[in-house]
Amino acid sequence: MKAAIVVFPGTNRERDMALALKRVTGVAPRMIWHHETDLDGLDLVVLPGGFSYGDYLRCGAMAAHSPVMGAVRTFAAKGGHILGVCNGFQILTESGLLPGALLRNADLRFLSQDCYLRVENDQTPFTSRWTKGDVFRTPLAHGDGNYTADPATLERLEGEGRVAFRYASATGQVKADDVASNPNGSLNSIAGVLSENNRICGMMPHPEDLVDPLMGGEDGLPLFEGLVEAVVR
Amino acid sequence: MKVRVTVMLKDGVLDPQGKAIGHALHTLGFNNAQDVRVGKVIELDLQDCTAEEARKTAEDMAKNLLANLVIEDYAIEVPA
Repeated sequence: MKAAIVVFPGTNRERDMALALKRVTGVAPRMIWHHETDLDGLDLVVLPGGFSYGDYLRCGAMAAHSPVMGAVRTFAAKGGHILGVCNGFQILTESGLLPGALLRNADLRFLSQDCYLRVENDQTPFTSRWTKGDVFRTPLAHGDGNYTADPATLERLEGEGRVAFRYASATGQVKADDVASNPNGSLNSIAGVLSENNRICGMMPHPEDLVDPLMGGEDGLPLFEGLVEAVVR
Repeated sequence: MKVRVTVMLKDGVLDPQGKAIGHALHTLGFNNAQDVRVGKVIELDLQDCTAEEARKTAEDMAKNLLANLVIEDYAIEVPA
């Protein structure tokens, strides 16, 4: 799997992501600076976390219009696989590659903590190593992760199985109005969504930060293992 | 041509910042403060255009970048 990570001014989680990708591919991913537009030969493009362009205007708004995102749109139109984590998810919604938007956390605080995610659809390149209903731990760190979408979009996402992950309790209970399990107040506890073709996934938590026993666990590793399998197949 | 674009969260979209400011105003004794909402004002100067053209351009800017229409509405003023 040939993977690349897009780096914007203000991106700061690209090295964690590189570690996770190297762990499953054995090769260091390419780093792509925001001015570059050549994505030829890639199987996977990752938009990592951080504060691209200082979160000016809205999180991800400036990055969505940077030169590299034109190339990412073309890559998406050709059926390329894209993973956006945290700020990467915000950029994907701002650029229209994924529906909905991410609002300020419901309690206004920047959250930096572990959360639990329940897998809602196991038939995607990002979730195939899990079974629907599986729960795994993952760190999250964001100020604007409160997912929202208009009622029609929400109904379509839910109906088409395009919710990849939901915030849940450690035992897999999903309760949208429970701050303990849905800390940022996301609509329907949505933590990650998919594109129509299931090849673009955006999520707020950081599975790349739990991929090695030295990090305290490997709970996020199945996402990357599944991606390699799906892309190589 | 001076143009002012005001961007506000749509009605019905939770505005925790506005809520927090409302609480703070009540703490200060402004008990009649209701429905506090927070938004952005973007002022710009457009060269060589009529008021009508300025409004049209600002509209394009708002739709493409200044506002996220999933969660925000915008209003444009071209002061005479």
